[in-house]
Amino acid sequence: MSHRILPIIRKEFIHIRRDFRTLIIIFALPIFMLFMFGYAINLELQHIALTVVDDNNSPDSRALIRAFSGSKHFNISVYDGKVSEVGSLFHQRAAMAVLLIPHDFAEELGAHQKTSVQLLIDGSDSNTAQLISNYANAVLQNFNADRGVTLPFDVSLAIEYNPALKSTYFFVPGLVALILMMISALLTSVAIAREKETGTMEQILVSPLRPAEIILGKVIPYIVMAFLDGLLILLVAHFWFEVPLRGSAWLMLGGALLYIFVALSLGLLISTLAQNQQVAMMVALIASMLPTLMLSGFIFPVNSMPFLLQLISKIVPATYFLKIIRGVMLKGNTFEHIRLMFAALAAMGLFFTFVSTKRFKMTL
Amino acid sequence: MPDFAVFTENLGKFFGGFQAVKNLNLAVEYGEIFGFLGANGAGKTTAIRMLCGLLMPSSGSGAVAGFDIFKQGEKIKRHIGYMSQKFSLYEDLTIEENIEFYGGVYGLARPQLLAKRQDLLQDLGLSQQASTLTHDLPLGYKQRLALGCALLHDPKIVFLDEPTGGVDPEARRNFWNLIHAMAEQGKTVFVTTHYMDEAEYCNRVSIMYQGEIIALDRPEALKKQYGQTSMQDVFIHLVDR
Ligand SMILES: Nc1ncnc2c1ncn2[C@@H]1O[C@H](COP(=O)(O)OP(=O)(O)OP(=O)(O)O)[C@@H](O)[C@H]1O
Ligand SMILES: [Mg+2]
Repeated sequence: MSHRILPIIRKEFIHIRRDFRTLIIIFALPIFMLFMFGYAINLELQHIALTVVDDNNSPDSRALIRAFSGSKHFNISVYDGKVSEVGSLFHQRAAMAVLLIPHDFAEELGAHQKTSVQLLIDGSDSNTAQLISNYANAVLQNFNADRGVTLPFDVSLAIEYNPALKSTYFFVPGLVALILMMISALLTSVAIAREKETGTMEQILVSPLRPAEIILGKVIPYIVMAFLDGLLILLVAHFWFEVPLRGSAWLMLGGALLYIFVALSLGLLISTLAQNQQVAMMVALIASMLPTLMLSGFIFPVNSMPFLLQLISKIVPATYFLKIIRGVMLKGNTFEHIRLMFAALAAMGLFFTFVSTKRFKMTL
Repeated sequence: MPDFAVFTENLGKFFGGFQAVKNLNLAVEYGEIFGFLGANGAGKTTAIRMLCGLLMPSSGSGAVAGFDIFKQGEKIKRHIGYMSQKFSLYEDLTIEENIEFYGGVYGLARPQLLAKRQDLLQDLGLSQQASTLTHDLPLGYKQRLALGCALLHDPKIVFLDEPTGGVDPEARRNFWNLIHAMAEQGKTVFVTTHYMDEAEYCNRVSIMYQGEIIALDRPEALKKQYGQTSMQDVFIHLVDR
C-alpha cells in the first residue's frame, strides 16, 4: 500500500459529497426509515373505535363497558340504532369493532357466573383484527378477575426480551443490516461500474497503481461512511427510541465491521459482473438488497419460510448479522453465543473477496 | 533488441475465437509522431491497450520504452502517458481537482504538482476557472485538459487513442499543435485518428484493416506508392480494393 492511494480516497469523498443521490442514500434514507419504522409502522394500536350496543342496560353491563373504556386501546361510543344495521358502521368506517351485550347479560351472569357477549371486528385488515381481538380478550380477562371469577387455568403470554412488543426493537437491527448492505454493496458496485462506464478506470489502471490499491482506495471511503451510518442508526435507536443494549457495544461494532467487509466484497463481486451502472444497480438490488429485506429474518421469520427459502437464507449474510446484532442488543449475548455467526460471515467475506479479486483482473 | 520506443513482433490478440489483432509488427523510433489509422473495429484500441499493459496479448512479443510488455508492465506504466478513447476526466471534479488527482496517482511530490498545475492551467488559459466543474468545459478544452493530465508525470512515450474525436476543426488544429510541441521536446507520440487530414501531420502512418497492418510508411511515400494525392484517397484505395 502506498501514499498514492490517498488521492483516490480523497477523490471518492468528493464524488460522494457532490452526488445528491448518494448523499440521500447515506444520510437521509436511514433516518427516514428509522423514524418511519419507529413511529408510523407502530405495531401497537390505540384509540380503536369500539361501538357498544347495550341491550341489557344494567349495572353489570355498564361495568363491562367501563372496563373497555378504561383501556387505552379503545375509544367507546354507544349505539342506539337497530341491531340489524350495525354492519353499516363498518361500511361507514365509524367503528372498527362492535360489542353486543345481550338483554339477558346480567341475569345469566348472576345465575351461572358465565355468559357470552358478541364482539364483531372489521376483518378487512387481518393483522389489525387480530390485535383488536387480543386487546379485547385482555380486557375481558381483567373484568373476570375483578369479579373474582377464576378461570380453570392461567393464560399468561410472556414475550421474552421485548415485553412491550415494541416494533423498533425488531426493526432497528434489520435496518442496520439493510443500510450497511446498501452502502457497502450497492454504492460501491455502482461507483466502480461508473468508472468503467466513463473510461476513467482505464485511465487509472494505466498508472503505476496496482489494481489492489485502486480497489482499496475506492472502498475505504465507503467503509467509513457505512460504519458511521451504522453508528448513527444505533445511537438514535438507543437514545431516542430507547432500544436497549444489553451486551457489549464493542462486540456489536466488531460484528458490524465484519458484516461491512462481507457486504463490500459482495459489492466488488457485483462490480466485476457489471460493466455499467444500471446493471450494477440491478444486480446489487437483486443479489444483496432483496435477500437482506426478505430472506434474512428482518421481516419474515426464517423458521416459517418454505424449506427452499430457508436454505437460501443460509447464504444471505444478513441472516447471520441479524443474529449477532439482535443477540447482543436484546439478549445480551457474549461472543461465546454467537461465534458461529462470526465464523460464517468471515467465511463468506473471504470467499467473495477471493472470487472478486480473481475476476477483477480478468474483466478490466 | 534494438532501441525503439515501441517494438512488436507478431503481436496478436484473441477474444474467444475472434482475432482482433493479427501479427502486428511495429518499430516506432523515439521522437516520432506515429499515426495509427484504421476503420472502425480494425483493432487499434486493442493494440494500444496491449502496449499500455491494460490487456494481456495472446501471442507474439513486444517492448515499450525498452521494457517487455509481458513481464515489465509496471515499469512501462511509469514511462508512458495514455489518453483513452473514452473520456478520461471526472466530470464532477473541478479542473484543479482533476489535475491534482492524476498528479497524485502518479506520485508527484506536492511542490512539483503545484508547479505543474499552474503551468497547465496557464497553457490552457484556464487559470481563472480552476475551480469550475470539468463538466462545464467545452469539449475542446476537456480534451486538452485530459492530455495535460496524461502528461503530468512527463512520460517519454504518449499513446493517444482518438484524441480529437468529435471536436471542431479549430480545436483539432490546436490539439495537433500540442502534439508537435511534444515531439519537439523529444516525446514519442503514438496516435490513432479517423481524420485522414491529420494523418498528413504524422512522420509515419500505419493503416490497419481487420486486425492487420496493410500499409506502413511516411505519408508522402504512401501517396506516391499508390498514386494518390491525399491520405484520404490512399485510405479509400487500400480499404476498398
Ligand atoms: N473485450 C473485448 N471482447 C471481445 N471483443 C472485443 C473486445 N474489445 C474489442 N473487441 C473487438 O475487437 C475488434 C477491434 O476492436 P477495437 O476497439 O480494437 O477497434 P478500433 O480499431 O479501436 O475501433 P474504433 O475505431 O471503433 O475505436 C472489434 O471487432 C471489437 O468488437
Ligand atoms: Mg478504438
